[in-house]
Amino acid sequence: MPKVTMTVNGTSASADVEPRTLLSQFLRDHLRLTGTHVGCDTSQCGACVVHVDGRAVKSCTTLAVQWNGASVTTIEGLASGDQLHPMQEAFREHHGLQCGFCTPGMIMAAVDMVNRHGGVPDEKTIREGLEGNICRCTGYHNIVKAIGAGAAAMTGGKQAAE
Amino acid sequence: MYEFAYHRPNSVRKAASLTASGEAKLLAGGQTLLPTMKQRLAAPDALVDLAGIEVLQGIELKGRTLHIGAMTRHADVASNATVREALPALASLAGGIGDPHVRAMGTLGGSIANNDPAADYPAACLGLGATIVTNKRRIAADDFFTGMFETALEDGEIITKVLFPLPRRAAYAKFDNPASRYALVGVFVSKRGRDIRVAVTGAGPCVFRVPAMEEALGRRFSPKSLEDISVDAGDLNSDIHASAEYRAHLVGVMARRAVLAT
Ligand SMILES: Cc1cc2nc3c(=O)[nH]c(=O)nc-3n(C[C@H](O)[C@H](O)[C@H](O)COP(=O)(O)OP(=O)(O)OC[C@H]3O[C@@H](n4cnc5c(N)ncnc54)[C@H](O)[C@@H]3O)c2cc1C
Ligand code: FES
Ligand code: FES
Repeated sequence: MPKVTMTVNGTSASADVEPRTLLSQFLRDHLRLTGTHVGCDTSQCGACVVHVDGRAVKSCTTLAVQWNGASVTTIEGLASGDQLHPMQEAFREHHGLQCGFCTPGMIMAAVDMVNRHGGVPDEKTIREGLEGNICRCTGYHNIVKAIGAGAAAMTGGKQAAE
Repeated sequence: MYEFAYHRPNSVRKAASLTASGEAKLLAGGQTLLPTMKQRLAAPDALVDLAGIEVLQGIELKGRTLHIGAMTRHADVASNATVREALPALASLAGGIGDPHVRAMGTLGGSIANNDPAADYPAACLGLGATIVTNKRRIAADDFFTGMFETALEDGEIITKVLFPLPRRAAYAKFDNPASRYALVGVFVSKRGRDIRVAVTGAGPCVFRVPAMEEALGRRFSPKSLEDISVDAGDLNSDIHASAEYRAHLVGVMARRAVLAT
């Protein structure tokens, strides 16, 4: 079995895995990082979104062996100690979740959106940015609100360039 | 997924020799191949990952031709300053594929090799008269897309890059399927000198051109020229998302919108 080594949330992690092991399985089953959820396992819902080398990807649609040497951030890697990440805080503050199943993917997608746009995206941009994330509970309104607030907290309120 | 072996060669030559044996398949962004393997609709005995081959990456403008490497991700085509400046219709097409996470992984080469009847890039390739370069030859887009999920590629042939000649005007208008974001109907229109192209995806089993629209636009390049031209619903797809008649109607609407947007 091939050995893969990645930096996950700042810590080096390695394991011998079958090539067919998905990144989501590597994180959940091998590293016990179960904050990354698997909703559909068919590339639709976005519950499994993590950041790989700075980009948001669906971890159920990529193999662990593709990411030997890569740097991965999961929902567990956002907070610093007891201090929630501003995007997590905004989801709590604005009631951006109900059951919470989609939330890890939503938050990872939201942080990626802010990183890409470099400021507070407008509502249309936020809604388009959520095309790969499905929520069965909230109706999205409060998620959109939370992302706007989280983006403002992350960037000091700077408007995005586009 | 069934078991398979994984290879990550660093040259096209090595990738070609690894795919020559057995039931190996090339892995690009994996956004189509891996879901297909999970459903056990494909069961290759080996995957040959193209991500470690540097020459397959990148975007370069050479004279009036845009060269885009097969492994260039949709997100990188969408955000690239050269593409946005030289061929904005292509940048916005790439930025409208699927969702941000799919665009972070999916590639130009994977998309056209797959030739999904509702995919976006085939419309750009045919609508711009692109040339598909492989490890063996050059194939004109007109000869490349041969049928539903079918291309002119031979077994083990590897797309290395796509050459897009810069048009004078071009635009892509897409009516997305609201669930999947694939094109219910997408129309790419371009004008380069006397060469006018109208390429339609999503509507039929494979991307196709509409000669009657191209001739009408050749007389006068205006949405008005297309008002009386319709495509035959008899050749189009009918499914739970839309009837063939509705798709035929959308071809006209999207073609006029694309002309207006050029
Ligand atoms: C949720 C979702 C939404 C999507 N929405 C859209 C959409 O709106 N529009 C759209 O166009 N697409 C859409 N897609 C498809 C997406 O664009 C895929 O990325 C693309 O079709 C396949 O590209 P890939 O790089 O992922 O290829 P892979 O899945 O890795 O490969 C696909 C096929 O191409 C072959 N292949 C790959 N690279 C090469 C090469 N260089 N030479 C020869 N053969 C090669 C592989 O062997 C395989 O058979 C969507 C996908 C998902 C999961
Ligand atoms: S679990 Fe990965 S997209 Fe749904
Ligand atoms: S909060 Fe329940 S799925 Fe989104």
